[in-house]
Amino acid sequence: MTGPDILFGVYCPPHPQPLLSPDASEGYGKLREAYETCRKRIEESEADLILVYSTTWPSIIGHQIQAHPEPEWVHVDDDFHFLGSMPYKFSIDVEFAEAFRDAAKSRGLQSRTVSYDGFPIDTGSVVALKLLNPDNRIPACIVSSNMYANRAETIVLGKSARDAIQKQGKKAVIVVVSSLSNRMFTEHIDPVEDRIHSAKDDEWNRKILEFFADGRLEDLSQLSREIHGQIRVQKVVAYKPAWWMSATMGQHNNYTGEVLSYEALHGSGGAVVMLTPSSGSVGDKEFDEDDVEHYHGDRGVLDKGAL
Amino acid sequence: MLGCLAPHPPHVVYAENPEQNEAFSEGGWETLRWGYNRLARKLKTIDYDAMVIFTPHWQTYIGTHFLGLPEFKSKSVDPVFPNIFRFNYDISVDVDLAEKMCEVAGDSGIITKMMRNPDFRIDYGTITSCHMLNPEWDKPLVTISSNRNAHYYSPEVMNEQAGALGKACAKAIEESGKKVVLISSHSLSHRHFVTESPLPEDMSREHIYNHSQYVWDMKLVDLMREGKMREVIDIMPEFTEQTIAETEAGGLTWMMAAMGYPDYPAEIYGYQSVIGTGNLIAAWDPMETTREIVL
Repeated sequence: MTGPDILFGVYCPPHPQPLLSPDASEGYGKLREAYETCRKRIEESEADLILVYSTTWPSIIGHQIQAHPEPEWVHVDDDFHFLGSMPYKFSIDVEFAEAFRDAAKSRGLQSRTVSYDGFPIDTGSVVALKLLNPDNRIPACIVSSNMYANRAETIVLGKSARDAIQKQGKKAVIVVVSSLSNRMFTEHIDPVEDRIHSAKDDEWNRKILEFFADGRLEDLSQLSREIHGQIRVQKVVAYKPAWWMSATMGQHNNYTGEVLSYEALHGSGGAVVMLTPSSGSVGDKEFDEDDVEHYHGDRGVLDKGAL
Repeated sequence: MLGCLAPHPPHVVYAENPEQNEAFSEGGWETLRWGYNRLARKLKTIDYDAMVIFTPHWQTYIGTHFLGLPEFKSKSVDPVFPNIFRFNYDISVDVDLAEKMCEVAGDSGIITKMMRNPDFRIDYGTITSCHMLNPEWDKPLVTISSNRNAHYYSPEVMNEQAGALGKACAKAIEESGKKVVLISSHSLSHRHFVTESPLPEDMSREHIYNHSQYVWDMKLVDLMREGKMREVIDIMPEFTEQTIAETEAGGLTWMMAAMGYPDYPAEIYGYQSVIGTGNLIAAWDPMETTREIVL
């Protein structure tokens, strides 16, 4: 059986500087250029869907999927409000959103679509869609990141996305919006002096980018817990984007990886990366954690009896 | 200064069916709403100039921010519960007092910023707590963002930083000569269910997430009744970690520091779970003549 038609994946940061102040520093400008490269690649592709997983859209009631056909608002970031407003109007593939919800439910996940005027689309999704798909040439869909979800739930969510893409016969571009290291400076800085918060964060980021450049997405997925412990501020229970991205794109290492840019965004690690499925591979390995096809909920450890 | 612990699950606004909210309910969460109604009636008997609210749902990582424009009018849609909270708001801000707080806090070494973007959307925490305490919306606000020290460092650092901010805000209020109601907007224990009943206000489905959360919440309520707020703040890091409490944002620590860690009993107005989280409405009235034993 052939898999769904996923043209390529994009990993990009959620911060608004590349959109609102690309000229404030050389680094922000380079990130903006990298977004431009991705935008052109998307335009030149035969994509008919852009599917966004955003780490800056947290949810509690399972996973939420944007299903308003034309969400429109003027968004302002909580921290970087002084950089300006972000007016947006997106074109959402409602049929796909509903198919994605159904696919998630069929794999045991709590999932729902949201379609409300004025729903607050998050900074990361706004930045990504405005830069990658500025004219709404291609319909998009956005899915949240559940704040309590861990590996099993996130991988099953990725497989659900894959199910829906295949069922609808879409040619999809997968977009994951997430920093690498996500510790920002806690004071205001001159953008010209922006740098990665610490040498350790920088070193880990560069190691992750080596994996991306080698196309080793599934290996990164398997490293997610380690990445979370090493360079992620503990806002949520786990570093989930690589789990979702790999599960959605097929859980392998067969990609041509392109690191288009890696720069500091107020201290955090911002990288724009493209992963295009290819026939070459650095090899798949045997991993410690089981794969998971269906989400069965929390394990009832207390109900199983004690020794 | 009078202080209020005012949780902000949007469910209580939804259950009240105010004309500003687009969603319609059949009620629910009466223990909380009736407690809120009674505290709101008390506030009507008090002469004050502004409400000063510390909100966990304006999350900032680069210092503490203050609303800095006189008016904000728009619609707030809860990103987590959009099905129940789509509230059209029209609020006024005491910009002079906000600027004073920003200035004094900055002078004391706290990173601060005034928020002057007119498109900025007011968070649903601010709206829920303020609506329930003052449904007429006839008092100006000062809204203070929550700097996420617990995320970046630890709950202990959060406690220190929020305490310093509370002292700075108290100094600014004193220098302004204004009378204010302080609002710490958050739940206590804060583990949610990740599913929702088809009818959100179906009270047959509502209960605390687990007994451990309840026991911790009651421990804090007991200390509050006994007027041991210094002790509450001292155990705040432990409480926050054990119950994933929304105190992680620093609101209660900020308010208690601003009020000088009250050693008199809190007025308890109600405790109830909302989608598994523990929510307490309480007030600290420094005036012995008006302080009540409510519950």
